[in-house]
Amino acid sequence: MSGATTAVGRVHPPSRARQFIRRLTSGDEIAHLITLTFGASILLITGLLVLELWVQSSLARHQFGWKFFATSVWDPVFGNFGALPFIYGTLVTSFLALLIAVPLGLGAAIFLAELAPRNISDALAFLIDLLAAVPSVIYGLLGIFVVVPIMRTTVGPALKSALGFLPFFQGPNYGVGFLTAGVVLAIMVIPFVISVSREVLLTVPTDQREAAMALGATRWEATWKVVVPFARAGILGSVFLAMARALGETMAVTMVIGNDPKISASLFAPGYTIASVIANEFSEATGDLYIHSLVLLGLVLFSLTFILNGMARIFIVATAQRGGAHE
Amino acid sequence: MIRKAFALGLLTLLTFSLMSLPSAQAKDPVLINAAGATFPYPIYSKWFDQFHKANPDIQINYASVGSGAGIGQLQAGTVDFGASDVPMTDDQLAQAKVKVLHFPTVLGAAVVTYNLKGVSTDLKFTQKALAGIYLGTITKWNDGEIAKANPGVNLPNADIVVVHRSDGSGTTFIWTDFLSKASSDWASKVGAKASVNWPVGLGGKGSEGVSGLVKQTPNSIGYVELIYAVQNKMSYGLVQNAAGKFIKADLASLSAAAAGAAKTLPDDFRVSITNAPGATAYPISSFTYLLIPVQIQDAAKREAIKQFLNWMITSGQGSVEALSYAQLPKAVQTKEIKAISLVH
Amino acid sequence: MSELLDGRMNASADQPATNSASIAAKLRMLWRKSLNLVMLSLTAACALVTVSVLGFILGYLIWHGGSSLSWNFFTKLPAPVGETGGGLANAIVGSGKLLLIASLIGIPIGLMGGVYLAEFGGRTFPFMVRYATDLLNGVPSIIIGIFAYTVVVVPMHHFSTLAGGCALGIIMIPIAVRSTEEFLRAVPRGLREAAMALGASKWRTVATVVVPAAFQGILTGLMLDVARVAGETAPLLFTAFGNRYWSPGWNQPIASLPVMIYTYAIAPYDEWHQQAWAAGLVLMGLVLLANIGARIVLSRRASFLRS
Repeated sequence: MSGATTAVGRVHPPSRARQFIRRLTSGDEIAHLITLTFGASILLITGLLVLELWVQSSLARHQFGWKFFATSVWDPVFGNFGALPFIYGTLVTSFLALLIAVPLGLGAAIFLAELAPRNISDALAFLIDLLAAVPSVIYGLLGIFVVVPIMRTTVGPALKSALGFLPFFQGPNYGVGFLTAGVVLAIMVIPFVISVSREVLLTVPTDQREAAMALGATRWEATWKVVVPFARAGILGSVFLAMARALGETMAVTMVIGNDPKISASLFAPGYTIASVIANEFSEATGDLYIHSLVLLGLVLFSLTFILNGMARIFIVATAQRGGAHE
Repeated sequence: MIRKAFALGLLTLLTFSLMSLPSAQAKDPVLINAAGATFPYPIYSKWFDQFHKANPDIQINYASVGSGAGIGQLQAGTVDFGASDVPMTDDQLAQAKVKVLHFPTVLGAAVVTYNLKGVSTDLKFTQKALAGIYLGTITKWNDGEIAKANPGVNLPNADIVVVHRSDGSGTTFIWTDFLSKASSDWASKVGAKASVNWPVGLGGKGSEGVSGLVKQTPNSIGYVELIYAVQNKMSYGLVQNAAGKFIKADLASLSAAAAGAAKTLPDDFRVSITNAPGATAYPISSFTYLLIPVQIQDAAKREAIKQFLNWMITSGQGSVEALSYAQLPKAVQTKEIKAISLVH
Repeated sequence: MSELLDGRMNASADQPATNSASIAAKLRMLWRKSLNLVMLSLTAACALVTVSVLGFILGYLIWHGGSSLSWNFFTKLPAPVGETGGGLANAIVGSGKLLLIASLIGIPIGLMGGVYLAEFGGRTFPFMVRYATDLLNGVPSIIIGIFAYTVVVVPMHHFSTLAGGCALGIIMIPIAVRSTEEFLRAVPRGLREAAMALGASKWRTVATVVVPAAFQGILTGLMLDVARVAGETAPLLFTAFGNRYWSPGWNQPIASLPVMIYTYAIAPYDEWHQQAWAAGLVLMGLVLLANIGARIVLSRRASFLRS
């Protein structure tokens, strides 16, 4: 196209340098560069975040090492910090939440994906997505004024009289504690279980269902024995997603868990989670070791959610691919 | 068309920049940020409000986050001054990046508030009873130790729900300081600090959180500053003092607790007046302090803070009794006014 | 599955079956049918329970919050402790200012990042960017608060609107990237190819054809993003901190609706509880508005694309 044309008509191709400059100043390259810069800024922010977490916890890591995970003492005055009560609280509340949310959520997802007519399913799915949009602090507000009294006056005593022989339901019932936090968390993560499971179930190819029905299965049998197992990787992924979400929940849990860094078998007892202790104590931490210990707790939480989110993605993608391969 | 839009845009920009030019009369507002104790928050919020109305160009934004957070934020340099019920220890002062002066503001009382439906009389608590409840050795409301101090009162056979602070708290220091003096068991097992390893109980954030929990939870007991119990119409009991008498927290018993200390007050005002001697002294009393940095770089802020301190010691004391705090003893007030000049 | 086949075969093959076998087969069929009915109703019940929780939340908020909404609430500053007549005007404005800064950070980065992932790039770098975005998405918001504290608050030596806005902006980025990329990818290929056939360069196609085509979707995604961070509380606890007065400029601590809800909810004062409910209603109203609005726009767009 370009190039010097001599009188005889020979065309010299432009030099390499000129070609490079021309490419560089063409709109495409500039646009690519601009958007790439923004993309790079995301990388920068994320990298910086991980770096800060690592650096700002260095004192605690050097002081305690792996003992941090085995100590249950949290003594800011003497500088003795251990993560065990918080890891315990985080895991127990999240596990409880899943115990309630997964059966309920899977059931609702099955209903929405298999039974409900499409427009009702879409409408209900939208409403359930609205539940996911409710801010955590509002769940906390309702937790304090609605769930806690119910747990203290109705559910707690009922559980105690029915299942009081189990160590989980012994001891005084305050209304706040592991169980209440677990229930509130369950309500918060159920939309995630439902929406991901529903989508995953919808990708199961129809010929699977039809084959089962052709063999004489009832609707339920077709769903439970064919469709759900087909999508089980994705459903498992939704469980991991819900767990990752539950682990990181801060406000609603802080408001109903009782804020006591103790490990206790009873679900009625007050506890503490990693996110709650950071929320409560970060602004008052004096002394570098205290702050670094809190940041180290944050690093632990970050790692847990990172692993779970990664696993969730793998499982959900696996199901999508499997569904696609069968088409 | 484009030229018109350009002209319009330029005009708008010009108008906005003209509007934001400071007018000749208005002074630059002095914005001061402070954080700290929840114990005196009701009177502080009233004071800062009154002071702001009297001096509209000075705005003191106080965040009630607990004495621990107040000290923490002050040391991190993120607030201009702090507030704490517990004076900083010698060690803390030595290690502090920001050197501070303590200025007592009011006398307050930590009361034992409880939620017992069906019990209308004010309960009396012995020192042993309170230590036992918080150690977890006394677990029922109708325990002998509580019952014998309250003959004739129908105490329920219910578990005591213990509530304490979850954050680093000056009120906790006052409370545990008292318990340590009341019970050698407590002193050896738990000790007196702003943040302790609680043997039992639920944690509430701030005095607000503790009173909130006690108000919501039947059969619960907690320790909060007097005004929180009063404002929320919660019951609070009488506490046995060093002389063995059961005293209810009020202005008279508070002033009695401070009476002895006022004469022997050290120059930096750091003192503990829990379990004070005297037949009428309320045993869980305390001064509460503003932690003012010795050096304040910003001249406007420094002047504003000094102005507030002066106002607080002279005019401000007039509002405290309405909120159930006791005024500073006269001797303390005189000493403090002199100390203001140390801030530079 | 084998019992299905057994049942089927038994039903047809053994004729005439012995009485017990046919009764067994009939009983089995009855069991399967009733199990079917029971389980399916249970799933419907699960869905109903979940949706009714939402209804309960909304109803409770409207009932408690609605009665506390007043002119004072929207116009007055918080009153001193224990006094009545205060409001949350500064928190409402505060949330607005925080969301403004958050949008200034989150929208450009999110939008451009989404454009990059959808339109440009090769193999490795987009993969890294996408990985980082997913990672950032999964970080609990309180950790982002810690990050903003160490990177903005500590160097500045005070809490500020800027720090709070930065924290919220960082939370906004991954969601904006994901939704932008999704909507850009949904633009039909034919549109792109037509533009290129007319001689438009890549960037011209993207800027003047693809992005406008996906514009409605991208806008709704961003709207939902803002609504999401409007409710975030944890990262504001030690970045924006809180303020009982108006917060001028961008360098002072600032009040926000979610933090005030938290502070008031755990306190004992009934007056504060009422204001917490009112604030909760306002916040929820904002979230609902954004979600329903997004839904309407998207469904209109879907029907437009279909026609």
